[in-house]
Amino acid sequence: MNLNLRTDFTISTRHKYNGFHCALPSLLKLPISPLPRFSPAHFFQNPPVLSLSLSAASGGCGIRGGGGGCDLQKGEVAMALAFDEYGRPFIILREQEHKTRLRGLEAQKANIAAGKAVARILRTSLGPKGMDKMLQSPDGDVIITNDGATILEQMDVDNQIAKLMVELSRSQDYEIGDGTTGVVVLAGALLEQSEKLLERGIHPIRIAEGYEMASRIAWDHLEQISQKFEFSVTNIEPLVQTCSTTLSSKIVSRRKRDLAAIAVEAVLAVADLERRDVNLDLIKVEGKVGGKLEDTELVHGIIVDKDMSHPQMPKRIEDAKIAILTCPFEPPKPKTKHKVDIDTVEKFQTLRQQEQKYFDDMVQKCKDVGATLVICQWGFDDEANHLLMHRNLPAVRWVGGVELELIAIATGGRIVPRFQELTPEKLGRAGIVREKSFGTTKDRMLYIEQCANSRAVTIFIRGGNKMMIEETKRSIHDALCVARNLIRNNSIVYGGGSAEISCSVAVEAAADRHPGVEQYAIRAFAEALDAIPMALAENSGLQPIDTLTAVKSQQVKENNPYCGIDCNDVGTNDMREQDVFETLIGKQQQILLATQVVKMILKIDDVITPSDY
Amino acid sequence: MAIERLLKDEATEEKGERARMASFIGAMAIADLVKTTLGPKGMDKILQSTDRGRSLTVTNDGATILKSLHIDNPAAKVLVDISKVQDDEVGDGTTSVVVLAGELLREAEKLTMAKIHPMTIIAGYRMAAECARNALLQRTMDNKQDPEKFREDLMKIAITTLSSKILSQDKEHFAKLAVDAVMRLKGSTNLEAIQIIKKAGGSLSDSFLDEGFILDKKIGIGQPKRIENAKILVANTAMDTDKVKIYGARVRVDSMAKVAQIEAAEKEKMREKVQKIVAHGINCFVNRQLIYNFPEELFADAGILAIEHADFDGIERLALVTGGEIASTFDNPESVKLGHCKLIEEIMIGEDKLIHFSGVEMGQACTIVLRGASSHVLDEAERSLHDALCVLSQTVNDTRVLFGGGWPEMVMARQVDELARRTPGKKSHAIEAFSRALQIIPTIIAGNAGLDSAELISQLRAEHHKENSKAGIDVITGNVGDMEKLGISESFKVKQAVLLSATEAAEMILRVDEIITCAPRKREDRM
Repeated sequence: MNLNLRTDFTISTRHKYNGFHCALPSLLKLPISPLPRFSPAHFFQNPPVLSLSLSAASGGCGIRGGGGGCDLQKGEVAMALAFDEYGRPFIILREQEHKTRLRGLEAQKANIAAGKAVARILRTSLGPKGMDKMLQSPDGDVIITNDGATILEQMDVDNQIAKLMVELSRSQDYEIGDGTTGVVVLAGALLEQSEKLLERGIHPIRIAEGYEMASRIAWDHLEQISQKFEFSVTNIEPLVQTCSTTLSSKIVSRRKRDLAAIAVEAVLAVADLERRDVNLDLIKVEGKVGGKLEDTELVHGIIVDKDMSHPQMPKRIEDAKIAILTCPFEPPKPKTKHKVDIDTVEKFQTLRQQEQKYFDDMVQKCKDVGATLVICQWGFDDEANHLLMHRNLPAVRWVGGVELELIAIATGGRIVPRFQELTPEKLGRAGIVREKSFGTTKDRMLYIEQCANSRAVTIFIRGGNKMMIEETKRSIHDALCVARNLIRNNSIVYGGGSAEISCSVAVEAAADRHPGVEQYAIRAFAEALDAIPMALAENSGLQPIDTLTAVKSQQVKENNPYCGIDCNDVGTNDMREQDVFETLIGKQQQILLATQVVKMILKIDDVITPSDY
Repeated sequence: MAIERLLKDEATEEKGERARMASFIGAMAIADLVKTTLGPKGMDKILQSTDRGRSLTVTNDGATILKSLHIDNPAAKVLVDISKVQDDEVGDGTTSVVVLAGELLREAEKLTMAKIHPMTIIAGYRMAAECARNALLQRTMDNKQDPEKFREDLMKIAITTLSSKILSQDKEHFAKLAVDAVMRLKGSTNLEAIQIIKKAGGSLSDSFLDEGFILDKKIGIGQPKRIENAKILVANTAMDTDKVKIYGARVRVDSMAKVAQIEAAEKEKMREKVQKIVAHGINCFVNRQLIYNFPEELFADAGILAIEHADFDGIERLALVTGGEIASTFDNPESVKLGHCKLIEEIMIGEDKLIHFSGVEMGQACTIVLRGASSHVLDEAERSLHDALCVLSQTVNDTRVLFGGGWPEMVMARQVDELARRTPGKKSHAIEAFSRALQIIPTIIAGNAGLDSAELISQLRAEHHKENSKAGIDVITGNVGDMEKLGISESFKVKQAVLLSATEAAEMILRVDEIITCAPRKREDRM
C-alpha cells in the first residue's frame, strides 16, 4: 500500500465508472493523509450504492445529465486531493473528517426533503379554516399565529434550505405583506414535483428551465383573468371586501368587517392617490392589553405610550403648540473631554448660578416661542421638571425616536436638536392633546389628535391578552399591505384557489404544445399549482381530490376562471359571488418568488457542512 | 430519506392531535389548580417562593396564584396571561376566567374526540358567546339615577366580592370601607389615591378608613409634633449636598484652607436653600429625597416640620390631597402652590408612629389602615380589598349590575341552550357544550362549599326555566335562594370580561395544531 496504489485506483475509477452520477459517500469520510489505508477491495464492497443511481442516470431520457455527473465525479477526487507535476499529493479541502458533505442527486433530494418539511408545517395554516401554530421562544414567551412569515421567523430553523424558505416567506412579506403562507406552500409543491422528475432522470437545470417557462405562462394568464376594480375615496366598499378576505384567515375573523374598514380608512388617510403610493410608516399600530377586540379604533392622530412628566401637569391641552426636542433638559455634556476645576469659593458660586441659569434659559426659550407642550426624546432633571410645571408648560419625556418623527409629521412641526434653534415656525400644532388612563393599574397613554397634518393615523388595538394583541397587529399589518397594493395597482384576481386552478389549466394546456424535456417540468408545475386549492379544501374539511377535480372540470366546462373552493360552506363555488379577492401583484409575486427559490434549490448539488464543535 | 435536522438542537415540535392534547391538558391542569379557590367557600393555597427567603404567601386570588407559578406549557401560559389581564383590567374574576376557559377546552376536547373539527367548535363558541352576552345585557339592572340605591348596589357587590376572601368574617365592615373609599374618588378609576397601610397587630375588624392622609414616616427630632393649620411644601429636591450638575466639574484645591472655604461655601449654599424654602412661609416640609442632619437642624430651628424620604407614591398622593404642587426650585415663593391641612400630628398605630394629616383640602384621597394578626393575613387582606376596590371603581363607571351566586351563568346557559336548539348543523354541538361549560361554574361553587352540586344545579336549572327567575345558589344555607333577597350582586363589567376573555383564550388554544418550542436560551456561565 503506497501512494502509487492510490493513483492507480483513481485512474481505474475514472475508467470503469465513467458516467456515474453519484459519488461514494464513504469516500468523503476517509482520511486523506496518510492515504493508503484505502484498497480497491474496500472500494468494491460499495458498488450497490453506486449502481442505484447508475440506473437513474443512464436510464433517463438521454439528456446531458449523465455527462455532468461524470465531471462531478472527477472533480470530487481532484477537489479532495490533487497531484503536482511530480505526482506528489496535496490536499485542497482540509480536515474532511470534520465536515459532512452531500453531493449530486443525494444533495438535491436532501434539500428537497428539507424544503418540503417546511412547507408541510405551513400547509395547515393556509386559508380561512387554517390552524394556528404555537411557538415558544427561547425566553419562554408564547406566540400564537398563523402568519407564515412570523411562524418561520420564530421557528429556530437550522437547516440551510429551510432557511432559504424562511427568506422566501420574508421577502414576500416585505414586498407584498400578504400571502406569506401561500408562497411557501407553493414552493413546497414545486419541490415535491421536481423530486419525481429527478427520479425519472431529468436534469435539474432542465426542470428549472421548465418551471421558469411555466411561471411565465402562469404570470401572463393571471394578468388575463385579472379584473380592474374601481374604487374611490367615496366608494371604499371594494377595498374593504378585499381586506376582509385577508383577515378571514386570522383569529380576528370574528370582527373582520370592522377591522377591514379601519385598515382601509387608515390607508386612505395616508394615501397619495395622485402618485398611487402609500407610506405605511405613517400608520402606527399600537396595542394595549385589555378591553375587547370591538374597542379597537382608528385615531386620527398619534398615540404615545407615555404620560406627562409631572403628575400635576394638565391632562388635556387644546390647540396645542408642540415643541419637539431631541435635547435633554439637563446641563450640557460636551463630547470633548474636559474638566472644570473649582479652586475658589467664587468659582463655586458662579458655577452654581450658571447651572440655575441653564435650566431657566431652557424653559424660557420654550416658553418664548409660544409652545404649550414640550415633547422630548430625553429625560428631565428634577429642577427642570419643576420649572416646566411651574411655568405651566406641560411636557412629555422619553418619547422614542420613531414616535417623535411621527409626531413631527402629524403636527407639521420640526424636530429641534438644540434649544437655540427653537423658533415659532418649528412648532407643531394639534387640536387636542389628552391623557387617557386604562384599567385598574396606572396605565396612561397620550392622545395627540386633530393634528395640523392629518396624514398620520394610529390604529389602536384592544384585546383580551397579549398574544391576541400581537396576532391582531400582524393581521392588521397584512390588511394594510393589501389595501396599499390595491391603491398601487387596482387589479385583482379571485381567491379561494380559483386563480391557481385557472393557471394550472392554462399551464397544462401550454405544456402539450412545448417540445422537449421541459414539457414534463411544465406539466409538473401545473400540478404543483393544484396544491394550493388542495390544501385549502383539506383545511376546510372537504374531500381534497373530489373537490379539486369538481371545481377544475367546472372551470373548463363553463370556461369560468372564477370557480374556487368553497371554504366557508356558503354554497356557491363562484368567487365573484362570495366576494373573495386577492391582489394581482400578490399572486404574481407568489408564483415568481416560489419559482425562483425552487430553481435555486434545484441548482445546488453539493452541500458542505462544517461539523459542530 | 429523513432530513436530519430541520430545527436547531433541543428545539421540539409537536404536531396535530398531539399538539392539541398537550395544550388541552396544560390548560385544564391550570384550571383544575385554581378551581378549588372559587366561590365563598373556596380554599386558599400556600405559595412558597424559590428565592432565598423561602417566603410564603397564602392566597385564594387566582391572579396571584398563577403569577407565581413557573409554567412550561405554552397553553397554560395563555391562561395565566388572561388571568393577569383580568386583574389589570377589572381586578376581580381572575379565577373564574381561568376556570371558564378550562371548562370550555374540556368540552372542546370531548367534541374533538367525536371528530368535530376545531374550526367548527370555534364557530359555535363564537355564536354562543355573543348570545350569552346579549342574554346578560337584557337582564342587567341599572340604578344610576338613584344614588341611594346605587350605593346599596355597591355595598352588595363589595360584600359579594369580599365573601370569597379572607375578609369574609368582617365583610360588612370592609365593604363599607371600600365603598366609602371609592365614593370619595368621584368616578375616577385612579386607585392610587387610596392608600392602604398594613400594620400587624390587632384584629381585622380593627381596620379603619381614615379621611385624612397617613404617611408612614417619623418626624425629625426636635421638631414640632403637632401643627395646626399647616402649610405644606411638597418637594422633590436634594437636601443632602446640592451637587453641581454641570458635567465634568470637580474640586481641585491646593491647600487645606481652601477646602475649608469651599466647605463653608457649600454649607452656605445649603443654608440659603433652606432659607428660600422657609421663605415660603411654611410650617411643614416634605421631601422625597433624603434630608441630611444639617438642613434638618435648620428646619428645626425655624420651627418647621421636615419629613424626609417619603416614597414617590406618597409624595404624589400627598400633593393630591393637600392640593400643593411638587416643587424642585424655590426661587419664586409667591407663585408656588402650597398644600394645606388643618392638623398634622403624630399618631400611634400598634407600636409604630405615623404622621397623620387631617382636614385636607381635597377629599379625594384617603387611607385605609389594615390591622391583622400576621403579615400573611395582612397581605391577603390587602389583595382582597384591592379586588373589591377595583370592582367598585369599575362599577362606578359602568353602573350595570347583575345578580351573583351562579345566576348570570344560569341565565346565559339557558339562552345558549335555546340557541343550540335553533341552530342547524354541527355547530349546535359546540353551542351546547358552551352552555354546559357555563353551568360548571355554579357546580364548582356548590362543590367547593361541600354541597350536593348535581342536585342543586338541576334545581337551579328548573328554577331558571321560569321567566325572570332570580334564583341562585345560597351557599350559606345550601339551598337555591332568591338572589335579590339575599343581596348578592356582581358587576356586569366583570362578568362580561370573564365571558369574553375566556372565550377568546379557548378559541386561541383551539386553533393551534402545532407547537414549536425553541431551544431555551443558554445562560452564560458566570462562574
